[in-house]
Amino acid sequence: MSKRKPAEEYHKTFAFHFFSWLRGEKDPYLGNVEMKPQKEYEPDPELHLRHEKEHDAILDKVYDMKHNRALGLFHRLYQATSILFCLFLMALLLVTISHLPATGAAVKPVNNEVAARYIESGLEETGAVNIVAGMILDYRAFDTLGESHVLFVATITVLIMLRLDKNKKGEPNPLTKDMNPNDRIYEPKNDAILQMVASFLVPIIIIFGIYIILNGHLGPGGGFSGGAVIGAGLILYLNAFGFGKTERFFTEKTYKWICFFSLSFYCLAKSYSFYTGANHLHSIIPKGTPGAILSSGLILPLNIAVGLVVACTMYAFYAMFRKGGF
Amino acid sequence: MGPNLWINYGEAVAAILFCIGFTNLLLQTNLIKKIIGLNIMDSAIYLFLAEKGYIAGRTAPIVTDGVTNVEAYINPIPSGLVLTGIVVSVSVSALMLSLTIRLYIRYHSLDLDEIAAQLKKEGR
Amino acid sequence: MDFVCNFPFFSILISLFSGTICSILPEKAAKAVNRIVIAAVGVMSGILLLYLLGTGESFVYWMGHFPAPWGNEIRAGVLEAGMALFFCIIMYLSMAGGAHKLFDEVEESKHNLYYILINLLLSSLLALVYTNDMFTAYVFVEINTISACGLIMIRQVGRTIEAAVRYMIMSLLGSGLFLFGLCIMYDLTGHLLMSNIKESVALLIQNGEYQIPLIVSVTLMCIGLCIKSALFPFHAWLPDAYGYSTVSSAAILSSLVSKGYIFLLIKIIYRVIGFDIFNSTRIIDVLFVFGLMGMIFGSLSAIKENDIRRMIAYSSVAQIGYIYMGFGMGTQAGMVASVFHILSHAATKSLLFIAAIGLTEVSGGSRKFIDLTGAGYRNKWAGVAFTAGSLSMVGVPLFSGFISKLLFAQAAVQVEGKMLATLIVLGISTVLNAIYFMKTVIRIYATTGDTSYPCITFKDMKVHAIVLIFFILLNIILGVNSQPIVNMIEQGLAMFA
Repeated sequence: MSKRKPAEEYHKTFAFHFFSWLRGEKDPYLGNVEMKPQKEYEPDPELHLRHEKEHDAILDKVYDMKHNRALGLFHRLYQATSILFCLFLMALLLVTISHLPATGAAVKPVNNEVAARYIESGLEETGAVNIVAGMILDYRAFDTLGESHVLFVATITVLIMLRLDKNKKGEPNPLTKDMNPNDRIYEPKNDAILQMVASFLVPIIIIFGIYIILNGHLGPGGGFSGGAVIGAGLILYLNAFGFGKTERFFTEKTYKWICFFSLSFYCLAKSYSFYTGANHLHSIIPKGTPGAILSSGLILPLNIAVGLVVACTMYAFYAMFRKGGF
Repeated sequence: MGPNLWINYGEAVAAILFCIGFTNLLLQTNLIKKIIGLNIMDSAIYLFLAEKGYIAGRTAPIVTDGVTNVEAYINPIPSGLVLTGIVVSVSVSALMLSLTIRLYIRYHSLDLDEIAAQLKKEGR
Repeated sequence: MDFVCNFPFFSILISLFSGTICSILPEKAAKAVNRIVIAAVGVMSGILLLYLLGTGESFVYWMGHFPAPWGNEIRAGVLEAGMALFFCIIMYLSMAGGAHKLFDEVEESKHNLYYILINLLLSSLLALVYTNDMFTAYVFVEINTISACGLIMIRQVGRTIEAAVRYMIMSLLGSGLFLFGLCIMYDLTGHLLMSNIKESVALLIQNGEYQIPLIVSVTLMCIGLCIKSALFPFHAWLPDAYGYSTVSSAAILSSLVSKGYIFLLIKIIYRVIGFDIFNSTRIIDVLFVFGLMGMIFGSLSAIKENDIRRMIAYSSVAQIGYIYMGFGMGTQAGMVASVFHILSHAATKSLLFIAAIGLTEVSGGSRKFIDLTGAGYRNKWAGVAFTAGSLSMVGVPLFSGFISKLLFAQAAVQVEGKMLATLIVLGISTVLNAIYFMKTVIRIYATTGDTSYPCITFKDMKVHAIVLIFFILLNIILGVNSQPIVNMIEQGLAMFA
């Protein structure tokens, strides 16, 4: 026991605690280290709100593109390197081009026996007056088959992105809920001038498109260009008269079936010609007299099939972009 | 530098356009401008191909008056390749535009960086 | 010609045609058609493989009535048939393993569109594998890209749409460069068919003509395909695309789509440019360096990642680096190792994605590591499968990853000048792989997990468990029975020349 300090003061010192522990009177861990029962959590709405605000403020600061200096620096650096890369690429390509064979020359590697045979025997072997049509739909038909499926798969992806579907209960899907349902309320605008001009132009445009498709093997044109023209005609009609009118003859179902039949026909016809070609069988498809409208074997029906697919696809793209369904 | 840069001026223009399109696709943050860059890039390639097929003084490869002489027509192959390429580029543009529409409807912005920032803020 | 020779053509056409058919079918029928088509193509490829191993030589198949330089062609050898078979197996298993997740994540009216995309993806992969024509390859590369983009964005949340945009932008840069390179190559040679281009290229090299355009064209094509297959500096789109898309898509994208482009690159190296000419250029050094950097930086990013799906995605970057490193060695042995790694990575990565989904399901759908603690006990099959996949990735004997690392090391020893770098980076990369995969495995077998989540037994997930067992078996077959497969790859590469 210390004599110098009063007992009360002494009880607060470290020495007192130490000696009492030595004497075994007190276990310092007891009552100090054990878990105390936790306080019941009381949600404090004000504090919560403040925390949320702080969190948002931090995020705002971190993702503030204009004032985040590190990000800005990175952005500059990225821009500078990409510009340098592009200049380098340009220089490289220009040097390359200066070493390429001269444009317009008749004697160069491109003008070899391949092109010669397409020109010289194309008429006889494919029956098509348009050599390019003969080439893409007969000699190199596999590319074109792939190409029409590129268009098909692109439509499928656009459908996935933009088609507004309802689920079985008829509610709009929650995944696409933030999309504007449609803009049908804004139309038809009943613009007299537009409707008048459209009623003149649409038949002409569509007939012109049909002409391009049917003449694909005889002159400039073919399924892709003709189909695009018809698609443009349909879009003009839609803009003048509104979805109500077009849906009488063209809905998604029509699109689905036209696409299905055209592509199936394309696939089957080409499969037949590939199969007979590879197995050296005689193809039963007649070539006809070159120059006549019904000639050149499969090229005309294939052009029609491609034209239908392209026309429908162009229209479908437009309808999807416009209101997400048709 | 090789000897043919001035003769091949069409290809040179195509290469410059290609690089402009490439830079746009790489650098622009605005999605619509990116798509424009993509289309410039593809068109440049078609210009390049068209130049490849051209032979001075010959006509388009459509048989006229039954003449099937190589001397009469230009090379038909690049024309066919351009046709195929155009369809591919139409499809890709449509796909990109549909993606852009969806992003715009959701985030009210065409700026890819801004959309990325909003996405990170959402934390999903 | 034997009837079997028609099989490559049949497989491409059937899968294309089934895409069209699925567009008019309801969901259930589309699913059935999809499964039947994948299985049928797999069986046909298997028969073709046996036939080709019997005859021992490749064949070309006319696509039309016209022979080589005029018409299109496809070509089948041992390697092509083997790849087609392998792709079908992986695709079937991935589709079956992720089918139950599809319902949660994709709008119900768009399920049949998903099967259309899968069918078209299969056909484009087959066409890339079999084609003998550069322009056909370009067209089908585009189909592959667009349908892969569809697979990413069909789960319509903000992240996937943004990832799809980034994926498309990078892919389009890649296809632009590829097409430009292709046009230059066409201008120099006047041909589009691979075998004819190769003859012309050999002639040009012999005469010393057009050297600069030739190198530039090859470089452009290579860079294009590298961008498309997410080699290291071009991988920014990859983690979001693989990490947030629906699980079948992630498995198919990581294990098949990028491999399709790589296989096309192998074909270009062997059948268009010529292996020796390609190796005499500087391109292989660039591929080598980027491959090594990818191996390290991909793994480092994976270690930092806090989300299991994104971690697996970053690991893909590292594995693609391995494949390009094999190309960069410039030897036959390096090439064989790369092709084997394509198989091994495809088998393992899809296993990991499918197993990861089993683990996240029993953790309240969260993919954060903290929630996955103890998930291996709650879903035993997925835990075992994930462990097997991790061991394979790290390169433990008995699994396929070990064999590919062994082959890389063996190939490296034969290359002067690149041996040391390869072996060091291989070692570092293995350690890094071990860090992030073993961290995950320890985490899912920790005992302190949240017990409030439900347990899943075999009965609740029969299909999923069976798929996982098949994947593990595939890995073990590749790991234990590797010699015949390596021989087959060597034979196939010899047929390319």
